[in-house]
Amino acid sequence: MASPSTFLTEAMRQQAIGQESPPVCLEVEKGAIIKFAQAIGDGNPLFNDEAAARKTSYGGLIAPPTFLRSLGQIRPDLPFDIPLHRVLDGGSDWEYFQPVRPCDRITAVARITDLRERSGRLGLMLISTIVTTYRNQFDEVVATQTNTTIRY
Amino acid sequence: MAEQLYWEDVAEGMELPPLVKNPTTRQLVQYAGASGDFYEIHYALEYARGNGLEGVILHGALKNAFLGQLMTDWMGPQGALKRLSCQYRGMDLPGRPITGKGTVTRKYQQDGQFLVDCAIWLENAQGEKTTPGTATAALPSRSVGG
Repeated sequence: MASPSTFLTEAMRQQAIGQESPPVCLEVEKGAIIKFAQAIGDGNPLFNDEAAARKTSYGGLIAPPTFLRSLGQIRPDLPFDIPLHRVLDGGSDWEYFQPVRPCDRITAVARITDLRERSGRLGLMLISTIVTTYRNQFDEVVATQTNTTIRY
Repeated sequence: MAEQLYWEDVAEGMELPPLVKNPTTRQLVQYAGASGDFYEIHYALEYARGNGLEGVILHGALKNAFLGQLMTDWMGPQGALKRLSCQYRGMDLPGRPITGKGTVTRKYQQDGQFLVDCAIWLENAQGEKTTPGTATAALPSRSVGG
Protein backbone atom coordinates (compact mmCIF):
# COMPACT_ATOMS: atom_id res chain seq x y z
CA MET A 1 0.00 0.00 0.00
CA ALA A 2 1.50 3.34 -1.03
CA SER A 3 1.57 5.98 1.67
CA PRO A 4 -0.24 9.23 1.00
CA SER A 5 2.05 12.25 0.61
CA THR A 6 0.22 14.24 3.23
CA PHE A 7 -2.33 13.30 5.81
CA LEU A 8 -2.48 15.62 8.76
CA THR A 9 -4.57 18.78 8.72
CA GLU A 10 -4.26 21.52 11.32
CA ALA A 11 -7.77 20.68 12.56
CA MET A 12 -6.75 17.05 13.14
CA ARG A 13 -3.59 18.17 14.88
CA GLN A 14 -5.53 20.37 17.26
CA GLN A 15 -8.02 17.56 17.86
CA ALA A 16 -5.21 15.14 18.81
CA ILE A 17 -3.19 17.44 21.07
CA GLY A 18 -4.38 17.03 24.65
CA GLN A 19 -5.77 13.50 24.12
CA GLU A 20 -5.10 11.44 27.25
CA SER A 21 -4.81 7.72 27.88
CA PRO A 22 -6.82 6.00 30.58
CA PRO A 23 -4.68 5.55 33.71
CA VAL A 24 -2.40 2.52 33.71
CA CYS A 25 -1.44 1.05 37.10
CA LEU A 26 1.42 -1.10 38.27
CA GLU A 27 2.07 -2.60 41.69
CA VAL A 28 5.86 -2.62 41.84
CA GLU A 29 7.13 -5.99 42.99
CA LYS A 30 10.66 -6.44 44.20
CA GLY A 31 11.07 -9.53 42.03
CA ALA A 32 10.00 -7.55 38.96
CA ILE A 33 12.66 -4.91 39.67
CA ILE A 34 15.34 -7.59 39.99
CA LYS A 35 14.16 -9.38 36.82
CA PHE A 36 14.23 -6.07 34.97
CA ALA A 37 17.78 -5.34 36.19
CA GLN A 38 18.85 -8.84 35.12
CA ALA A 39 17.24 -8.39 31.69
CA ILE A 40 19.16 -5.19 30.99
CA GLY A 41 22.34 -6.81 32.32
CA ASP A 42 22.74 -4.34 35.19
CA GLY A 43 24.23 -5.94 38.31
CA ASN A 44 24.14 -2.76 40.43
CA PRO A 45 23.37 -3.86 44.03
CA LEU A 46 20.92 -0.93 44.36
CA PHE A 47 18.65 -2.73 41.89
CA ASN A 48 19.48 -6.34 42.80
CA ASP A 49 20.49 -6.77 46.43
CA GLU A 50 18.23 -5.64 49.26
CA ALA A 51 20.86 -6.09 51.98
CA ALA A 52 23.47 -4.05 50.11
CA ALA A 53 20.91 -1.41 49.06
CA ARG A 54 19.85 -0.93 52.70
CA LYS A 55 23.33 0.34 53.53
CA THR A 56 23.04 3.18 51.00
CA SER A 57 21.32 6.53 51.41
CA TYR A 58 18.31 5.05 49.58
CA GLY A 59 17.74 2.71 52.50
CA GLY A 60 16.63 -0.19 50.30
CA LEU A 61 16.23 -1.56 46.82
CA ILE A 62 15.13 0.92 44.12
CA ALA A 63 14.19 0.48 40.47
CA PRO A 64 16.65 1.24 37.65
CA PRO A 65 15.93 4.46 35.73
CA THR A 66 13.93 2.97 32.86
CA PHE A 67 11.99 0.40 34.92
CA LEU A 68 8.80 2.41 34.41
CA ARG A 69 8.80 1.16 30.82
CA SER A 70 7.33 -1.99 32.42
CA LEU A 71 4.01 -0.13 32.28
CA GLY A 72 4.42 -0.17 28.50
CA GLN A 73 4.89 2.82 26.27
CA ILE A 74 1.42 4.22 26.72
CA ARG A 75 0.07 5.80 23.54
CA PRO A 76 -3.24 7.68 23.73
CA ASP A 77 -5.59 6.80 20.87
CA LEU A 78 -5.66 9.28 18.03
CA PRO A 79 -9.16 10.71 17.55
CA PHE A 80 -9.15 9.69 13.85
CA ASP A 81 -8.16 6.73 11.69
CA ILE A 82 -4.71 6.84 10.16
CA PRO A 83 -3.34 4.93 7.17
CA LEU A 84 -0.01 4.30 8.92
CA HIS A 85 0.13 1.08 10.92
CA ARG A 86 3.79 0.54 11.77
CA VAL A 87 5.20 2.07 14.92
CA LEU A 88 8.74 2.99 15.90
CA ASP A 89 9.99 4.45 19.16
CA GLY A 90 11.95 7.63 18.40
CA GLY A 91 13.37 8.26 21.84
CA SER A 92 12.62 9.31 25.40
CA ASP A 93 13.41 12.17 27.74
CA TRP A 94 12.95 11.21 31.41
CA GLU A 95 12.83 13.52 34.39
CA TYR A 96 13.09 11.92 37.81
CA PHE A 97 11.69 13.30 41.05
CA GLN A 98 11.44 10.35 43.46
CA PRO A 99 12.93 6.85 43.45
CA VAL A 100 10.58 3.98 42.56
CA ARG A 101 10.56 1.34 45.29
CA PRO A 102 9.09 -2.13 45.85
CA CYS A 103 5.42 -1.97 46.92
CA ASP A 104 4.91 1.39 45.20
CA ARG A 105 1.64 1.62 43.34
CA ILE A 106 2.39 3.61 40.19
CA THR A 107 -0.33 5.22 38.10
CA ALA A 108 0.62 6.55 34.69
CA VAL A 109 -1.31 8.80 32.36
CA ALA A 110 -0.04 9.68 28.89
CA ARG A 111 -0.99 12.81 26.98
CA ILE A 112 -0.33 13.85 23.40
CA THR A 113 1.43 17.21 23.44
CA ASP A 114 2.39 17.51 19.77
CA LEU A 115 1.69 15.85 16.45
CA ARG A 116 3.41 16.53 13.15
CA GLU A 117 4.11 14.77 9.87
CA ARG A 118 7.30 14.40 7.94
CA SER A 119 8.47 12.61 4.83
CA GLY A 120 11.59 10.54 5.27
CA ARG A 121 13.34 7.32 4.44
CA LEU A 122 10.28 5.40 5.64
CA GLY A 123 7.83 7.45 3.55
CA LEU A 124 5.21 9.56 5.26
CA MET A 125 5.67 9.59 9.02
CA LEU A 126 3.35 10.82 11.73
CA ILE A 127 5.37 11.89 14.75
CA SER A 128 3.66 12.21 18.14
CA THR A 129 5.15 13.71 21.28
CA ILE A 130 3.65 11.95 24.30
CA VAL A 131 4.23 13.03 27.88
CA THR A 132 3.62 10.30 30.46
CA THR A 133 3.32 11.30 34.10
CA TYR A 134 3.99 8.60 36.71
CA ARG A 135 2.61 9.09 40.21
CA ASN A 136 3.04 6.91 43.28
CA GLN A 137 0.49 5.98 45.97
CA PHE A 138 1.24 9.25 47.78
CA ASP A 139 0.22 11.16 44.65
CA GLU A 140 3.83 12.28 44.21
CA VAL A 141 5.11 12.57 40.65
CA VAL A 142 7.99 10.11 40.57
CA ALA A 143 8.92 10.71 36.93
CA THR A 144 7.78 12.07 33.61
CA GLN A 145 8.73 10.58 30.26
CA THR A 146 8.49 12.60 27.06
CA ASN A 147 8.45 10.06 24.24
CA THR A 148 8.58 10.44 20.49
CA THR A 149 6.46 7.88 18.65
CA ILE A 150 6.78 7.49 14.89
CA ARG A 151 4.01 5.93 12.81
CA TYR A 152 4.92 5.06 9.23
CA MET B 1 28.94 -1.58 45.95
CA ALA B 2 30.71 0.74 43.52
CA GLU B 3 32.90 3.55 44.78
CA GLN B 4 31.18 6.84 45.43
CA LEU B 5 31.78 9.72 43.02
CA TYR B 6 31.76 13.20 44.55
CA TRP B 7 30.89 16.40 42.76
CA GLU B 8 34.36 17.75 43.53
CA ASP B 9 35.91 14.80 41.64
CA VAL B 10 34.22 15.83 38.40
CA ALA B 11 35.50 18.32 35.85
CA GLU B 12 33.92 19.56 32.65
CA GLY B 13 35.30 17.63 29.69
CA MET B 14 35.89 14.51 31.78
CA GLU B 15 35.01 11.19 30.14
CA LEU B 16 32.73 8.65 31.78
CA PRO B 17 34.02 5.08 32.07
CA PRO B 18 32.74 3.27 28.96
CA LEU B 19 30.09 0.56 29.32
CA VAL B 20 30.44 -2.32 26.86
CA LYS B 21 27.32 -4.34 26.08
CA ASN B 22 27.06 -7.49 23.99
CA PRO B 23 23.33 -7.85 23.40
CA THR B 24 22.05 -11.21 22.16
CA THR B 25 18.65 -12.29 20.85
CA ARG B 26 18.31 -14.13 24.16
CA GLN B 27 18.68 -10.81 25.99
CA LEU B 28 16.00 -9.25 23.76
CA VAL B 29 13.63 -12.05 24.71
CA GLN B 30 14.55 -11.57 28.38
CA TYR B 31 13.94 -7.82 28.06
CA ALA B 32 10.63 -8.44 26.27
CA GLY B 33 9.54 -10.55 29.23
CA ALA B 34 10.75 -8.11 31.88
CA SER B 35 9.35 -4.99 30.20
CA GLY B 36 6.25 -6.50 28.61
CA ASP B 37 7.22 -5.19 25.16
CA PHE B 38 6.54 -8.21 22.94
CA TYR B 39 6.69 -6.42 19.57
CA GLU B 40 7.91 -9.18 17.23
CA ILE B 41 10.55 -7.10 15.45
CA HIS B 42 12.71 -7.68 18.54
CA TYR B 43 12.85 -11.48 18.39
CA ALA B 44 11.09 -12.93 15.32
CA LEU B 45 13.46 -12.79 12.34
CA GLU B 46 10.88 -13.28 9.59
CA TYR B 47 8.58 -10.70 11.12
CA ALA B 48 11.45 -8.21 11.34
CA ARG B 49 12.45 -8.83 7.72
CA GLY B 50 8.81 -8.49 6.67
CA ASN B 51 8.96 -5.01 8.22
CA GLY B 52 11.89 -4.09 6.00
CA LEU B 53 14.51 -4.58 8.70
CA GLU B 54 17.85 -6.33 8.26
CA GLY B 55 17.11 -8.56 11.21
CA VAL B 56 15.67 -8.36 14.69
CA ILE B 57 16.65 -5.10 16.35
CA LEU B 58 17.26 -3.97 19.92
CA HIS B 59 14.33 -2.38 21.73
CA GLY B 60 14.94 1.35 21.84
CA ALA B 61 14.01 1.22 25.51
CA LEU B 62 16.73 -1.39 26.14
CA LYS B 63 19.28 1.01 24.70
CA ASN B 64 17.77 3.67 26.93
CA ALA B 65 18.36 1.27 29.86
CA PHE B 66 22.03 0.81 28.84
CA LEU B 67 22.47 4.59 28.94
CA GLY B 68 20.81 4.62 32.36
CA GLN B 69 23.34 2.06 33.55
CA LEU B 70 26.20 4.11 32.07
CA MET B 71 25.07 6.93 34.37
CA THR B 72 24.20 4.96 37.52
CA ASP B 73 27.46 2.95 37.37
CA TRP B 74 29.40 6.20 37.19
CA MET B 75 27.39 8.15 39.80
CA GLY B 76 27.75 5.56 42.55
CA PRO B 77 25.11 4.63 45.12
CA GLN B 78 24.63 8.14 46.52
CA GLY B 79 24.07 9.80 43.17
CA ALA B 80 20.59 10.59 41.87
CA LEU B 81 19.71 10.66 38.21
CA LYS B 82 17.62 13.76 37.49
CA ARG B 83 17.27 13.50 33.75
CA LEU B 84 17.97 10.92 31.05
CA SER B 85 17.27 11.61 27.42
CA CYS B 86 18.10 9.77 24.20
CA GLN B 87 17.11 9.50 20.58
CA TYR B 88 17.14 6.33 18.51
CA ARG B 89 18.96 7.48 15.37
CA GLY B 90 20.29 4.15 14.19
CA MET B 91 19.28 0.55 14.68
CA ASP B 92 21.37 -1.90 16.64
CA LEU B 93 21.25 -5.65 16.13
CA PRO B 94 21.99 -8.48 18.55
CA GLY B 95 25.41 -10.08 18.08
CA ARG B 96 27.02 -6.68 17.56
CA PRO B 97 28.70 -5.04 20.55
CA ILE B 98 27.70 -1.51 21.49
CA THR B 99 29.48 0.79 23.90
CA GLY B 100 28.00 3.45 26.13
CA LYS B 101 30.18 6.55 26.41
CA GLY B 102 29.85 10.02 27.79
CA THR B 103 31.53 13.28 28.67
CA VAL B 104 30.77 15.88 31.32
CA THR B 105 29.50 19.04 29.62
CA ARG B 106 28.61 21.20 32.64
CA LYS B 107 29.18 21.23 36.38
CA TYR B 108 27.06 23.58 38.49
CA GLN B 109 25.02 24.15 41.65
CA GLN B 110 21.32 24.81 41.55
CA ASP B 111 18.67 24.87 44.30
CA GLY B 112 21.19 23.47 46.77
CA GLN B 113 22.02 20.51 44.52
CA PHE B 114 25.41 19.62 43.10
CA LEU B 115 24.74 18.80 39.46
CA VAL B 116 26.54 17.61 36.36
CA ASP B 117 25.23 17.48 32.79
CA CYS B 118 26.63 14.87 30.45
CA ALA B 119 26.53 14.16 26.75
CA ILE B 120 26.01 10.41 26.47
CA TRP B 121 25.65 7.99 23.60
CA LEU B 122 25.82 4.39 22.43
CA GLU B 123 28.16 3.70 19.58
CA ASN B 124 28.58 0.62 17.42
CA ALA B 125 31.80 -1.09 16.33
CA GLN B 126 32.04 1.34 13.39
CA GLY B 127 32.03 4.26 15.83
CA GLU B 128 28.57 5.45 14.71
CA LYS B 129 26.53 7.08 17.47
CA THR B 130 23.28 5.16 17.08
CA THR B 131 21.76 6.50 20.30
CA PRO B 132 22.83 10.00 21.34
CA GLY B 133 21.49 11.60 24.47
CA THR B 134 22.03 13.76 27.51
CA ALA B 135 21.76 13.23 31.25
CA THR B 136 21.84 15.21 34.47
CA ALA B 137 23.03 13.72 37.76
CA ALA B 138 22.99 15.08 41.31
CA LEU B 139 26.10 14.02 43.21
CA PRO B 140 27.05 14.21 46.87
CA SER B 141 29.48 16.99 47.78
CA ARG B 142 32.35 16.76 50.23
CA SER B 143 31.48 20.30 51.29
CA VAL B 144 28.26 19.14 52.93
CA GLY B 145 29.70 16.17 54.73
CA GLY B 146 28.55 13.64 52.10
